[in-house]
Amino acid sequence: MIWDPLVLTLKLALVTTFLLLVISILLASWLAQTRSKLKPVIETLVSMPLVLPPTVLGFYFLVAFSPGNAFGNWLNDWFGIKLVFSFPGLVLASILYSLPFMVHPIQSGLSSISPSLKEASYLMGKSKWETLTKVLLPNIKPAVLTGIVLAFAHTIGEFGVVLMIGGNIPEVTKVASIAIYDEVEALNYEAANFYSAILFITTFAILLSVYLINGRYIKPFWK
Amino acid sequence: MIDIQVQKKLDSPSGNMVLDVGFTIEEGQMVALFGESGAGKTSLLRILSGLLQPDKGRISVHERIWFQSQPKVINLKPQERNVGFVFQDYALFPHMTVLENLQFAAGTRKNVNLQHLLELNELGDLKHKKPKNLSGGQQQRVALARALAQQPNILLLDEPLSALDDNIRRKLQRHLLEAHKEYKLTTILVSHNIEEIIKLSDWVIELHHGKTVEQGHPHQLFASKEISEDFKVTAEVLSIESSGNSFVAQLLVQNHVLKMSFSQKQGKSIQKGDRIVLASNDFKPNVYKE
Repeated sequence: MIWDPLVLTLKLALVTTFLLLVISILLASWLAQTRSKLKPVIETLVSMPLVLPPTVLGFYFLVAFSPGNAFGNWLNDWFGIKLVFSFPGLVLASILYSLPFMVHPIQSGLSSISPSLKEASYLMGKSKWETLTKVLLPNIKPAVLTGIVLAFAHTIGEFGVVLMIGGNIPEVTKVASIAIYDEVEALNYEAANFYSAILFITTFAILLSVYLINGRYIKPFWK
Repeated sequence: MIDIQVQKKLDSPSGNMVLDVGFTIEEGQMVALFGESGAGKTSLLRILSGLLQPDKGRISVHERIWFQSQPKVINLKPQERNVGFVFQDYALFPHMTVLENLQFAAGTRKNVNLQHLLELNELGDLKHKKPKNLSGGQQQRVALARALAQQPNILLLDEPLSALDDNIRRKLQRHLLEAHKEYKLTTILVSHNIEEIIKLSDWVIELHHGKTVEQGHPHQLFASKEISEDFKVTAEVLSIESSGNSFVAQLLVQNHVLKMSFSQKQGKSIQKGDRIVLASNDFKPNVYKE
């Protein structure tokens, strides 16, 4: 089916973005307040996907999780988890690969809030969790929105990492970006153009909406 | 009663400093912490509220230990101390309306009369506004009302009026006094404004470079104790210049700038920036209505 790669892309982007949001909020709020000596190391690791070729991540992922290796084999035997050439594997790799796009905006949003807001909430007897969800996050909605959209769009745009880890299995790992490559190789330009145009328009619309909302050209739905 | 004895090494802009203070505050008092900036006033409020942990010492409030370094370390979290804190920048939650700010602070407490608190602080008409749509004075009143809404054990005010102009400042001083009278909360106020301290507080503790240098009733502390004239005011010397065989000084008395001449002998002993007491035991001013 011609729509399968697009549906798979959408599914991957949605699952990845949702999990990434949860992970990034926790990670970013830790990074924004910690004085740990590990902080620069963690920050570096988070930012690595910005500069590292996706194939490097894909290669090590393959090495680590291949059932031919001890660790991959153990995961498969004990939990029945197979991360190579599978959808869960794609999700995990996408999370790692899009991590900076979600963590950076949220972290800088949290750092820009006056510390007295957090302290005022603690002094009212509110827990760290309640302070995060009811005071801090509502005040950095534009940053959270930016993170969500960038991570979503970036996941749609993945190619190298997906190819290395997922391969090209229809309905399992063949996302739209892979399908384009596949169709071009088969000299099937019409199909390639179909996928390309949809990806182009979708990502353009998503990014435009962020700039419009954060630039206050249109009123966001929560106000 | 609040009993505090703490030591804490601080990194201040002027280098390292050891905050080492000890004092007792009676229940229901309004106490002012006075001193130049960097003396450790704000740090002391933060220590009391649990936002900053002292290195050594003991804090007990209303017979409950909030902090002790020995024999066993006890350190209540800020959440467990129930301190009402008015921050210098007010720290109002920007995404909540005035009423929501108060409700958030009140939490699950059922017997808080928010309506009364709003009226007491003249916020009734503003309760559905967001903080960014309020003036500085209004924000300050929200911050005060919010601190009271949590029915705190003690109330801490960190230079609450320093960013406001004089008229509003006076109005808010009245609000503070009214609230203090009504709720009888033990209150600690950081201020470097003598007028404000004399108006508001029952007791002053003066800090200098992390140490308590003096404490007492505001009138006694700011006016020299030996003078017992009928009339006296405290003034700050803004400038002093010699003019012929006398000196002319510009003085700041409360919020008014006065020009006054001094004899050679008096003038030589006064410098710009000094705080002086003007006293007279035979003071017959001309009085007229404004």
